[in-house]
Amino acid sequence: MTGSGLAGVMTAGSQTFELARRSLVGERRQLLSVMPGLIFPLLLAAVYTKQFQRVLDMPGFPEVDSFLDFILPACIVQAVSFGATAAGSELALDIENGFLDRLLASPVARGPILLGRLAGAAIVASIKTLVILAVFLVFGAEVAGGLAAMLVMVLVAALLVLVIGGLAQVMAVRTGSQEAVGATFPLIFVSIFMSSAFFPTTLMNGWFRVVAEYNPISWVINPVRRLVIVEWSTADALQALGIPAVLALGTISAAALALQQRLTTP
Amino acid sequence: MSTVTVSTGLGHAGAVSLAVCVRGLQRLRARPVLLIPTVVMPVFFVISFTGAFSSLTRIEGYGTSNIFNWMAPYAALQGAVFAGVGGATSAADDLENGFFDRLLLTPGSRLPILIGTIGYSAVRSFIPTTGVLAVAALGGLQLPGGVLGLVSLFAATAGMAVVFCLFGLTIVYRLRTLRSMMIVQVVGFSSMFLSIGQVPIEFLDGWLHHAARLNPLTNVLRLSRQGFVGELSWDLTWPGLVAIAAMTLVGGLSALRALMKMAP
Repeated sequence: MTGSGLAGVMTAGSQTFELARRSLVGERRQLLSVMPGLIFPLLLAAVYTKQFQRVLDMPGFPEVDSFLDFILPACIVQAVSFGATAAGSELALDIENGFLDRLLASPVARGPILLGRLAGAAIVASIKTLVILAVFLVFGAEVAGGLAAMLVMVLVAALLVLVIGGLAQVMAVRTGSQEAVGATFPLIFVSIFMSSAFFPTTLMNGWFRVVAEYNPISWVINPVRRLVIVEWSTADALQALGIPAVLALGTISAAALALQQRLTTP
Repeated sequence: MSTVTVSTGLGHAGAVSLAVCVRGLQRLRARPVLLIPTVVMPVFFVISFTGAFSSLTRIEGYGTSNIFNWMAPYAALQGAVFAGVGGATSAADDLENGFFDRLLLTPGSRLPILIGTIGYSAVRSFIPTTGVLAVAALGGLQLPGGVLGLVSLFAATAGMAVVFCLFGLTIVYRLRTLRSMMIVQVVGFSSMFLSIGQVPIEFLDGWLHHAARLNPLTNVLRLSRQGFVGELSWDLTWPGLVAIAAMTLVGGLSALRALMKMAP
């Protein structure tokens, strides 16, 4: 790498850091809006653990001591989904109030404009995941894969935010409307329910089972769940991290392309 | 010089209530997008709950062998909660755009404004209930309780819409913001989960069993569901009706109190 190339990367890194910091400050100022994203999944987990205890004896249900262990990955994915569109909403707000135009007029590279907000949202998701893990452990959940599995869960949460956040940024750049970005949340909510998040697909029937089996959220949740209830497996860890990483690359690239098109279209 | 006659009789109060109710329905017709959360979410609930939890019926003691019969009334009641919240949201909208202040400045009792809004919510609740029943019917919903089963479901959903509209109005009249509706949504959603929505009460363990037993929505769910899991029984009907009446009374008094205290 040439000296000027390295300097460019350093500058972009520092710009991304500053914009991520701005995003985090915004989240801290609206802490009340972050809380439902943490409380609702925990409430759902608490309720499901108490109402589905008899399900554990059903033939075909994975061997677990408690439904709490089974639902841990679902709780994390659901908590992440609540704040994941924030990166898109913030960008839409910046477009609405003209801040993006001022950013574009300043010597800030295009990449950090998108990545800064995503990095901020990913940090928030990681913190949420740590809180959820702590609460689950206090209430008796056991992670068979140990600390390494917990680290994988934190990274998966951060990567999922990049996937959903990237998608939300595409919507933000294309529509410039916070309302339109907000409309992506119900889709994600629906996708989580139509996966193996709350019940194993082996106990589902018909077309719903097919949808759940081919849902990428199931492809992420299943290996994470095995890390929680079976044991550590490098293959499962790689699958859990690899799928959202590839998807994140796709959605962030799409967001960058959309931004480029917005800037070049008169 | 012209004179303005102010009618304050019962007929006038009824006319004002009807006008407020019709205005809400006209707003719904003008902006069909408002129907999306009311209809789409409960329909989504019935699809996802029946799909994900279809094997629950294999467990001994589950109230029915047809998952649609168990989940459809639950999803319909969730839709009714959204309908009630929607009614209160229309009042919040009027508060934010200044129309409500003009309503408050008009002569006459304020009670018809309240009655009209809850009437609008009750009528609105028929839309998600019908939508859920239509989707569930495609999935194989049965009605062993006959027409009376349908009547008890529609009565329960209308009652729930009224209860959550009153609760929402109490909050809106005090906080005067659209954002405050989030509180009502969270309470509505959570209280439905803390009941017998997805499994019978015998399946619930520990604190959830106690919470569901004390939760008045449990009786409303029994009232709405009875015609879908068997024959109708007075033992399952009256507790639901009493629960709705009690919640309406408490919600009505608190909403009316908040409305009376409001100044334009």
